[in-house]
Amino acid sequence: MCNQTVSLVAAELERRGIATVTLILLRKIAERVGPPRALAVPFPHGYALGRPGDTAGQGRVIEAALALLESATGPGPVLADHSLD
Amino acid sequence: MASLDEMPFKIRVFLTTYPWRRIDPPAWAPLPRPLSECRLGLVTSGGLSMPDQPPFDETVKGGDWSYRWIPLDAKLPSLVESHKSDAFDHRGLAADRNLALPLDRGHELVAAGRLGELNRRHLSFMGSITAPGRLIAESAPEAAAGFVADGVDVALLVPV
Repeated sequence: MCNQTVSLVAAELERRGIATVTLILLRKIAERVGPPRALAVPFPHGYALGRPGDTAGQGRVIEAALALLESATGPGPVLADHSLD
Repeated sequence: MASLDEMPFKIRVFLTTYPWRRIDPPAWAPLPRPLSECRLGLVTSGGLSMPDQPPFDETVKGGDWSYRWIPLDAKLPSLVESHKSDAFDHRGLAADRNLALPLDRGHELVAAGRLGELNRRHLSFMGSITAPGRLIAESAPEAAAGFVADGVDVALLVPV
């Protein structure tokens, strides 16, 4: 349900002019709900940014999300995948 | 990637038959300026609250649709997690709150010049909302208006 909750908040932010990027743990739910810009991450629930204490790995996830903010062109939804490679 | 297949049968059946809300019409705001000049707001569904705030109420039918403001100077380990879901492993979040609310990573990005600045406050919801009517009609618009009033340019949303 978390994937839907953040997606619905993202839509509300976008309607008010705030550009968003949403991390997604279940790709199928993002396909159904359609958050404006979504980055599907290869991690289990509870670990959207990867491992606890892994500063570098968490930073790479956020950098990928920021890069999607810069590169995605509307109208959305845009759904991309974060690779660990 | 999390997968439906690895979830308990009861949750799997629920998620497969649940009427997901489609965002329609699609919402889109362009990036207003380079990220190095943007103010970032974070949104988590991790059910985090400050020690002096009421925790999320897991008894609310359909899910607690309220939200909490987490100030920028919050000490991450002091945040209380009251997410009711048993569909995820809570140990990671207990060890490192950045997994839901990456304030430390945000500070690093600002220091590196990748981001302009972090907003003075950030948003926390509890994600287990199966009946999102009041989230859509009330709390999400109210919370979003707060970010607009703060001058937030971009937001990163993190589910658990």
